[in-house]
Amino acid sequence: MKFANVMATGGEWLRGEGPHHQIVISSRVRLARNVRDRAFPGWAKKAERIMVLEQIKPRIEELPEMQDSFSELLQDLSALEKQVLVERHLISREHAAKSVGSAVIMNRRQTLSIMVNEEDHLRMQSIRSGLQLKSAFKLVDKVDSTLESKLDFAYDPHLGYLTACPTNVGTGMRASAMLHLPGLVLSELINQVIQAVNKIGLAVRGLYGEGTEAMGNLFQISNQTTLGEKEEEIISRLSKVIETIIEKEHDARQMLIQRKSNTLWDQIGRAYGILTFAHAMTSKEALNLLSIMKLGVDLGAFPEDRRLPIDELFIETQPAHLQKSSQQKLNAEERDQLRAQIIRERLKLFPKPDIIKVARESSNGASSAPSKNE
Amino acid sequence: MLCDVCKCNDATVFLTQILEGKMQKVNLCDACSKEKGVQDPTGFALADLLLGIGAAEEIEKGGPTQRCPVCGFTQADFKKTGRLGCSSCYVTFAEGLGSLLKAMHKGTEHVGKLPQRAHRALELNDRMRNLTENLQKAVAEENYETAASLRDQIKQLEGELAN
Repeated sequence: MKFANVMATGGEWLRGEGPHHQIVISSRVRLARNVRDRAFPGWAKKAERIMVLEQIKPRIEELPEMQDSFSELLQDLSALEKQVLVERHLISREHAAKSVGSAVIMNRRQTLSIMVNEEDHLRMQSIRSGLQLKSAFKLVDKVDSTLESKLDFAYDPHLGYLTACPTNVGTGMRASAMLHLPGLVLSELINQVIQAVNKIGLAVRGLYGEGTEAMGNLFQISNQTTLGEKEEEIISRLSKVIETIIEKEHDARQMLIQRKSNTLWDQIGRAYGILTFAHAMTSKEALNLLSIMKLGVDLGAFPEDRRLPIDELFIETQPAHLQKSSQQKLNAEERDQLRAQIIRERLKLFPKPDIIKVARESSNGASSAPSKNE
Repeated sequence: MLCDVCKCNDATVFLTQILEGKMQKVNLCDACSKEKGVQDPTGFALADLLLGIGAAEEIEKGGPTQRCPVCGFTQADFKKTGRLGCSSCYVTFAEGLGSLLKAMHKGTEHVGKLPQRAHRALELNDRMRNLTENLQKAVAEENYETAASLRDQIKQLEGELAN
């Protein structure tokens, strides 16, 4: 499969389906594995990294799950192509910085991607839309079982799977979900939630993982620990916490409709106005405004059939996607112009926000809705 | 952006270190940056930030000159990068890693997935233990016929284990 096909097919998780898809954008589970008696990629010399790559890559390509796969050496991908894969969460930012001795292999549906020689020899991840951590784990676990019959993984009876970083040792598993939480952000409850989640040993991160900013009201929640707990236990603990956060987000939205409706309509109206008429827009601004539009669709201020264009804009307006689809390298100013243009065109026939409908549909919020349109 | 250490306050200090061509970024709030001595870059270990306070000190317990016989990694390397060199480093630096892992994780013993290979080795070991016990019993009871058969089975199993 060629890179053009990767660009053309959106990837299953971008379609916005699955349980709780309004709030849970995607679920991911990754397993870290290493080959026994070989230096980890960060410490190995180039020749050893290439040797490990040549040992592992054919084993991955022959997996039944990887028929008609996309398989590339990192040095054969352009910086822009790598960035597209990062924006789709198919490779990590760290992996995008790699070159000779590293590779990425993924299936056609883009539900399974395997990085060779990232921080560990193997980083296998499954990504699904909505809250589907269990099925994501099932897929990646199956792939792991097939691979371990052909490769001798570094494993210790007491410490489990051995990884380059001691924070991953044991299961080598990181399960995470990306949540869209505009209600909790607007009602200023988000920090409370983050602190509570941190206290119970789970991590909250921004859009692109460790050390990144939370943009577009998107947050990643994942397990922090990997040793002393079974994979299934970690996943069910995480799922329960996520379900609680989903409830809190719904509560926060109801509270906004009932008590802070003017702020809410103001936000939605502004997002609509700016996105419809702006001629220059950074990706950060676009994400933040699109997030409010998405909230608007969730609340019924925009018709349900307008959900897909908004969801698609989230990814299409990211810097690398923008440049890749326009077939040229653009400077920041040109990108901001093109981004605004794409959004304007997509929103041309978009109806104005219908806030009366929201107020009517909200169980007891009818009296709190503003009487006039914005 | 939140501080990577306390995860509560906004980060105001953005640190980028380049070690052996690898870029590591850390974001800290004012209080944590002071506590970690980031203002004084000479007294600062990345391992502390990535793995928790005291990580670098912990790993030095085994003696600062210790070196992994398989990959040549040292504690100093760990202190710098917060990563290990190869799977054998877990044996080489076991002493320091022990308390580090305890502080970092829910438990100190892996209870999750077993690779088939390891699973099979466990089974074979179990069978070996049973056979050896039975052999001792048979010898004690002067049941030489059974003992001979058990000895053959043990020999065969030893062959399988060596594989």
